[in-house]
Amino acid sequence: MTTLTAQTTQVYSVFIRATPEQVWEAITKPEFTQQYFYGVRIELRGGRRLSAMGDAEWDEEVFEAEPPRRLVHQWISAYDPELAAEEPSRITWEIEPQDGGVTKLTVVHDRLEGAPKTAEQVAGGWMYVLSGLKTLLETGRPLGG
Amino acid sequence: MGDDQVFKALADPTRRHLLDRLFERDGRTLTELESELEMTRFGVMKHLRALEDAGLVVTRREGREKLHFLNPVPIRLIHDRWIDKYTEHRVAALADLKHELEETA
Repeated sequence: MTTLTAQTTQVYSVFIRATPEQVWEAITKPEFTQQYFYGVRIELRGGRRLSAMGDAEWDEEVFEAEPPRRLVHQWISAYDPELAAEEPSRITWEIEPQDGGVTKLTVVHDRLEGAPKTAEQVAGGWMYVLSGLKTLLETGRPLGG
Repeated sequence: MGDDQVFKALADPTRRHLLDRLFERDGRTLTELESELEMTRFGVMKHLRALEDAGLVVTRREGREKLHFLNPVPIRLIHDRWIDKYTEHRVAALADLKHELEETA
């Protein structure tokens, strides 16, 4: 295995058999996010993106919210003290309808220059989250549940 | 996107080589990728198109440039189809053992 420098812009994309509205709901409503986002309850309120996991709560700034097509917000790795001390990065969710009732969801995680440890660790997390989100929307059940 | 397209895209050594290049460093232009391959620009474009159709490569415009990014999610979906969270530990342990032994050999 070679050691690689983690990328400061990372792109993840998945095709989901669902409408853009369903995808938007699944990424902005806590009853959905807790089923695929490591149990974190996430919601948008008052220009912030609020997260709650167990007793821990944190919130991030929302830069753009255009339901059901585009959401841009700050990212703080609050689930880990070492990562949380790094500079905030940025997440862009792009939701694009395709032919045949399919929606393309793209997540861009960038501005990671000041968060090298986060950059190294999030790849596996995003793959897990997007795979779980696809399974939830297509089958109504969480991944591996 | 179906698994068929992903397997077909991965079945070609040039396309796997392109993914390896992007795995080393993401967000590259066609010109950069082309300079490392003994192949015409048109040939490289064709392979990149196949990778894009399979969802393994995602392109984004930044200014005047079109950048290519490796998207690992389709490979993860194949992983999740046959490996669940219970078997993952055993699979990871064997993969680690292989890397360990092959590196010290």
